Amino acid sequence: MLSLIVFLPIIAGLIILAVPASQKQIIRIVSLLAAVAQGVLAVLIWRQYDPTMAGIVAAPGGSPVGSFQLIERIPWISLNLGSFGPMTIEYFIGVDGLSITMVILTALISIIGVLSSWPIQKQVKGYFILFNLLSTAMMGCFVALDFFLFYVFWEVMLLPMYFLIGIWGGPNREYAAIKFFLYTLFGSVFMLLVMIGLYFSVIDPVTGNHTFSLVAMADQHNYVAGSILGPGSVMWRYAAFIVLFVGFAIKVPMFPFHTWLPDAHVEAPTPISVILAGVLLKLGTYGMMRINFPLFPEVYQAGLYVIGIFGAINIIYGAFCALAQQDLKKMVAYSSISHMGYVLLGMAAGNSEGMLGALYQMFNHGTITAMLFLLVGVIYDRAHSRQIDKFGGLASYMPVYAGLVTVAWFASLGLPGLSGFISEAFVFVGAFTAPVTRPIAMVSVLGIVFGAAYLLWSLQRMFLGKRKPDALYEVETDGHGHEHIHFHDWNGKLDLDARELTMLIPLAIIVIVLGIYPMPIMGMLTASINKLVTVLAPVAAAAVH
Amino acid sequence: MFAMPSGAEIQSIISTLRFGAGYFIPELYLSALFMVLIILDLVLGGRKNQILASATIIGLLGSLFFIFQQHSLPDAEIFFGMYALDRFGIFFKYFFVLCGILAVVISMEDEKLNSQDSGVGEYYALVVAMVIGMMMMASSTDLLMMFLAMELVGLSAYVLTGYLKSDARSSEAALKYLVYGAVSSGMLLYGFSLIYGLTAQTNISRISMELTQHGYDPLVMILATLLVMAGLGYKMGAVPFHFWSPDVYEGAPTPVTAYLSTGSKAAGFALLMRIFFVAVPHASEGVEDMLGIDWLTIMMIIAAASMIYGNVVAIWQKNVKRLLAYSSIAHAGYLLLGIITMDKIGTQAVLVYLAGYLLMNIGAFYVVVVISNKTGSENLDDYRGLGRKMPLAGAALTVFLISLVGLPPTFGFIGKLMIFSALIGKGDLFMWLALIGILTSVISLYYYMFIPLNMFLRESEQNSRGEVKTGMVSNVITAVLMILTLYFGLFFQPIAQFAGYSASILGAVLN
Repeated sequence: MLSLIVFLPIIAGLIILAVPASQKQIIRIVSLLAAVAQGVLAVLIWRQYDPTMAGIVAAPGGSPVGSFQLIERIPWISLNLGSFGPMTIEYFIGVDGLSITMVILTALISIIGVLSSWPIQKQVKGYFILFNLLSTAMMGCFVALDFFLFYVFWEVMLLPMYFLIGIWGGPNREYAAIKFFLYTLFGSVFMLLVMIGLYFSVIDPVTGNHTFSLVAMADQHNYVAGSILGPGSVMWRYAAFIVLFVGFAIKVPMFPFHTWLPDAHVEAPTPISVILAGVLLKLGTYGMMRINFPLFPEVYQAGLYVIGIFGAINIIYGAFCALAQQDLKKMVAYSSISHMGYVLLGMAAGNSEGMLGALYQMFNHGTITAMLFLLVGVIYDRAHSRQIDKFGGLASYMPVYAGLVTVAWFASLGLPGLSGFISEAFVFVGAFTAPVTRPIAMVSVLGIVFGAAYLLWSLQRMFLGKRKPDALYEVETDGHGHEHIHFHDWNGKLDLDARELTMLIPLAIIVIVLGIYPMPIMGMLTASINKLVTVLAPVAAAAVH
Repeated sequence: MFAMPSGAEIQSIISTLRFGAGYFIPELYLSALFMVLIILDLVLGGRKNQILASATIIGLLGSLFFIFQQHSLPDAEIFFGMYALDRFGIFFKYFFVLCGILAVVISMEDEKLNSQDSGVGEYYALVVAMVIGMMMMASSTDLLMMFLAMELVGLSAYVLTGYLKSDARSSEAALKYLVYGAVSSGMLLYGFSLIYGLTAQTNISRISMELTQHGYDPLVMILATLLVMAGLGYKMGAVPFHFWSPDVYEGAPTPVTAYLSTGSKAAGFALLMRIFFVAVPHASEGVEDMLGIDWLTIMMIIAAASMIYGNVVAIWQKNVKRLLAYSSIAHAGYLLLGIITMDKIGTQAVLVYLAGYLLMNIGAFYVVVVISNKTGSENLDDYRGLGRKMPLAGAALTVFLISLVGLPPTFGFIGKLMIFSALIGKGDLFMWLALIGILTSVISLYYYMFIPLNMFLRESEQNSRGEVKTGMVSNVITAVLMILTLYFGLFFQPIAQFAGYSASILGAVLN
């Protein structure tokens, strides 16, 4: 079942390959069907998921069965490497609390992504093939439990993204696309070296061979003494942690590796922005939780305050940058950076509350930011402009739009009753509880204030106040003193149409429901998060040295 | 000077030769093929390009059968220690035959070559001659034999490079190649003569025995090593012996460029591995020389320099062939990384990498030929908008380039993975080389992506819409090469296993 949810989009991609390029509608429908089927599967998986099983590490005895769920484990490559014994790479996937959240989010955002890709007219066939490839790679990353498999999915993501930004993007797309590609590749090549180093350092307790299994790697007892990343090899373990962290941090993106993100977002078409902010950024923090921290817990413990400080910088710096933006999409992009800072802060707290908040924030940020970018896309679609100061009084003639914007904006600034509040609250509870992050948390709270500032300010400028004629329409006054409004590019619609509502309403409902009753998602996380915290605990880390 | 051998001696010589011939069938077969092709060229009149090419392909395919039969033979040195049959050699025999076949396939496609007034006459025969030469480079166990094999490859290559007689750049390339080749052959021969002077032996196993038993003057040895390395570095196209390669690769007919940059390079590596793994001791075996350096150190420097230079200079190239030439310098650097480890896994990694390189490099050149047939140009700027006009070629070229960068799920990634595994398997000793390797591969992404960038992200100035038709055959070949590159990126077990099985050189102890 898990394989199906991963590879459905690629199957759709292959079908599209056989469809002639002129049949645009068929291509779109095939993609939509695949995405919806993915969504159905995600719901089935969610219903079937047993929240009491923790995951993260293997069950006692070294086997992942009994700890992870929906495991599929098939030997993929097996080589004899002479003195290093057999090299085995497995097709090994499964879910625990960390990944199931992200699987659901990915399925949801994929559907939204396909729907919002509907208006794309340029090279539809190529677009959807790449889109489906990207979708498979993202889903694969979240369920892979073999480092090699994870790495393959991780890298496969880059090329479709490059083309999706580069071909369908805005005027400066060449620069944005290659910048994205180079930044992320720079981060991930080091991951390749660490992956190989880990392979030589870890023994699967069940088979007695070296392994790429992330489950085996998460248990410090499986590391071979004297190997390059084994216990005692302090320098290399620190180095490995740092390069992995940087690799994931580039994806998050964490200050000072964030500069690709605003460029990519501004140039990317709306659906790609949604995917990028909704899912791709989470891969960075997911990678930290799944790989970076559990594999090197003692380094993580030593670096808590560094992670926290970077989180705080992200929160405040992102908010300040957002405050200064004239381009609405850029503002949302920086708000994304700011909000991913909360995830970092929560992870730096190192306790259950913080981690729980971080993971929940990842989910909420996915849904909220997807909404934000969709809404930005709507206004760009109508006015061909995103300059905040070109708009005014939008609420008076786009009331539904304004209403949804209000929900999304308030969710983003963390208004109680909406989902963003709960995750941010947990993050701060965690950060204040942990002595290491307490001072950092005190500073970070400022981020909420600035966050409210840029969000409310933009809301006020764009939706309230006087109408500004030049962005969307011109006003003519006839001889009787009546005003006639002439819209630019109006195409018979100004407020949201049915397709846009199908994307936005469910997201709004999710944001509201999870703000009032977070248990459907949070209930699945707790066991895994508690396990993760014990795996990362200083006591466990001390056992290494 | 020599005493007349007695009858019994002659008998024993004949029986040795006869015994050896049984181990030498693929080479004999190919020599026959070489002659058949020349005769075919003479007896056939008119436009015979396609017939000759088909005959070459069929002939080369036939040789695979004879190579396959060699699996049942035990490893042996034949012809008085001149030549060896081992699994390492068999791997390279397959490799060079496949390389030859692919070179012929590209040649059939190349219109520039086929529209020559003087025809292609002995072109295919020379391709076969080069296959024989390269096979012999990979299997020779004697310094003299090695030199002869190298000259056979070199001489065929000079002619092939200058094959476009009416094209001044082709002739210039051939001349340059010849001059550099002559110098490097001289250096190689000088190095060999120094080794002979030290040991009075030409067989590499016996050289190794002499050197370990009787010791040697380290200064002479390091000089000899340097000279040999210079001669081989030229074949491999490694910095600082690379100066010929960009000009030659740009000027030569594209199929020849593909052939040289894959086959001839691989032959250089095969020879290097055999000679250094078997004959030349190095410092970690307890023989420190007085300069404190040995060939391994030199090789590390060459590898690092090749990776950095090749990848950095490629950034400024505006011609696709030239760009691929610099990239092939960089790939020589990556391949050397696998040799530096001096163990079985490193050798295996080099073989896997070479197999991947064969597919992706030849694939890339194939698409370059297909494109240049339609546009008449190999300039980067003329690639604009081609992705929409030739979607298959565009997609395939992108896959080959991604594979050259070393991103999954392509064969090139597996090569890099194995090479870096071999390096890290040695602990932190070679970590700095691994770091240079991965950082330069990030740089390589930047320039390789120029090609897809022009093909897909930019529109051409001429607004000629609609797809450009390419032939059915070339479409199939492009697709097959692309799919194989992807397939082996995901299911590399058979090739990696075969490479592991082949990583055994007669007379070398690899652990």
